[in-house]
Amino acid sequence: MSLRAENVSWRAGGRMIVDGISLEPRPGSTIGLLGPNGSGKSTLLRLLAGVCATSSGVVSLDGTPLEKLSRTAIARRVAVVEQHATTEIDMSVLDVVRLGRIPHRRAWSAPSAADDSAVRAAIEYTRLEDKVAQSWHTLSGGERQRVQIARALAQEPRELLLDEPTNHLDIQHQLELLALVTRIPVTSVIALHDLNLAAMFCDHLVVLEEGRAVAAGTPARILTEELIAEVYNVRAIVTPDGPDGRPSVRFLPHEHSPGHTAALRS
Amino acid sequence: MARAGVRGAAVLWTGGPALLLLSTAVAITIGPADIAVGNVVAVVAEHIGLGESGLSPIRDGIVWDLRLPRTLLAAVCGAGLGMCGVIMQSLLRNPLADPFVLGISSGASTGAVLVVILGIGSGAVSLSAGAFLGALCSFALVLLLSHAVGGTTDRVILAGVAAMQLFSSLTSFIVMSSANAEQTRGVLFWLLGSLSGTSWFHVGLCASVLGAVLLVCAAKATALDAFTFGHDAAASLGVSVARTRLLLLVVTALLTATLVSAAGAIGFVGLVLPHIARAIVGPGHRRLLPSTALAGAVFLVWVDTAARTVLTPQELPVGVVTSLIGVPVFVFILYRSRKVR
Repeated sequence: MSLRAENVSWRAGGRMIVDGISLEPRPGSTIGLLGPNGSGKSTLLRLLAGVCATSSGVVSLDGTPLEKLSRTAIARRVAVVEQHATTEIDMSVLDVVRLGRIPHRRAWSAPSAADDSAVRAAIEYTRLEDKVAQSWHTLSGGERQRVQIARALAQEPRELLLDEPTNHLDIQHQLELLALVTRIPVTSVIALHDLNLAAMFCDHLVVLEEGRAVAAGTPARILTEELIAEVYNVRAIVTPDGPDGRPSVRFLPHEHSPGHTAALRS
Repeated sequence: MARAGVRGAAVLWTGGPALLLLSTAVAITIGPADIAVGNVVAVVAEHIGLGESGLSPIRDGIVWDLRLPRTLLAAVCGAGLGMCGVIMQSLLRNPLADPFVLGISSGASTGAVLVVILGIGSGAVSLSAGAFLGALCSFALVLLLSHAVGGTTDRVILAGVAAMQLFSSLTSFIVMSSANAEQTRGVLFWLLGSLSGTSWFHVGLCASVLGAVLLVCAAKATALDAFTFGHDAAASLGVSVARTRLLLLVVTALLTATLVSAAGAIGFVGLVLPHIARAIVGPGHRRLLPSTALAGAVFLVWVDTAARTVLTPQELPVGVVTSLIGVPVFVFILYRSRKVR
């Protein structure tokens, strides 16, 4: 058992943003959250991280509901990487990675040997050794996300939650980043936009639509032409041409009815 | 990297206080009456019951009743305003945040002036209480306004400008409508930020509040680090965001209000010093808070010494001098943050 969501909902302004979702990732697996903008992916991640409280339902860690745990205890288990972290403060890469030790440190004390070794391990794992002294503001988007992942690793989490971590990256860095995330031996839940990346890197997919989970299972079972048409409202051709026979999605242009095209021309 | 850290901490913890002590002692000797560092030490020794200074009562009075409390209050104000700047810059994620720029000092001034002119209560405690209420009002106003208009860096500053204008005009209105000429001159001098006429009572009051705030900050230093990448990031690093924010904002308002009620609105110390300290010790608040406090104390001791001696026998309000220094730095930070994003 690890991180588990049972029938969780979150309501805002009379609208259900997340509506009765259950999730129980197998330890060590990579779960992809799919769905159009506004389908509730980010909010679900916030509920899983305990950053906001559920309106109903329970998120639990090893069977203990999050609200019974201190914020610090949660942060020692669950790390979060946002899609676009920004700061105005002049930080070095090392400064940023060290932030990950905050939940492990006591109020008055200086960083311990355990803190230093966790930071060093995280930097090594993400291959940032030659960048430690560099200023955050001089990094590229891909490097910044790598530094945020190093910071998350310094937390020594068992669960890693990532909200569209590849959003602002070029394709090379998208692939590198997701390869890095899936290599990390923790349970990861990743909100993703790109269906092909989700198919390549995730063990299990959950598709959200208007706050509800409309499908869940392996990429091969979930990514079908019918589901894409229904959830995203686009036509696509899905073939088993991805790595290891995983599904590969090719989108087709929008169908225009003749009347619609004529109306555009006039 | 650990060794350099240890050495840096040692320099900070011994060099900083030593520099402050030396600055205070030397600053007291500067002025029209001729006094040596030795005299200062002897006077202090006499008053805490260790031997005789051998100085005339007048010169003893100049050191013990005039220059010493004034210099100490300068140090306390510099330290306190610097710390307020650090806390606000971290919580509001804004390199331009400072109690003066965001109008908190103006609100405190309005509250204090209201107490003085209307004669509510009596003495420094009711003055501080008035200043505290004023500071809280303007802080609440700034947070509400900046939240309503989007909460980005520029907008928080604009909300601060609005609050500052509002409370300055309120203050002017109160002064013009109900003060006599004598009161007006006193109030205006104090509004510009001035350390003249400091009493030991003010020193004690401000130092105790500063001490309490220092303790809170020491406990919350790592939590302040967690705000680097925003509130959600802080929450996911284990910080109780709402509680920590409220505690630190109230504490900042309290400290600002106490300092303003003693010395008026001295601007830009909280803006400038955190940036200088950050350049030296880095962004971690465990070092940044104490080093900003020390740097602010040394800075204001010297600025006040300059303010009271440069145009002898006339005296400049210290706030005028800090603004002359602070505004160019404000523009520089603005310019640099344009390139950062």
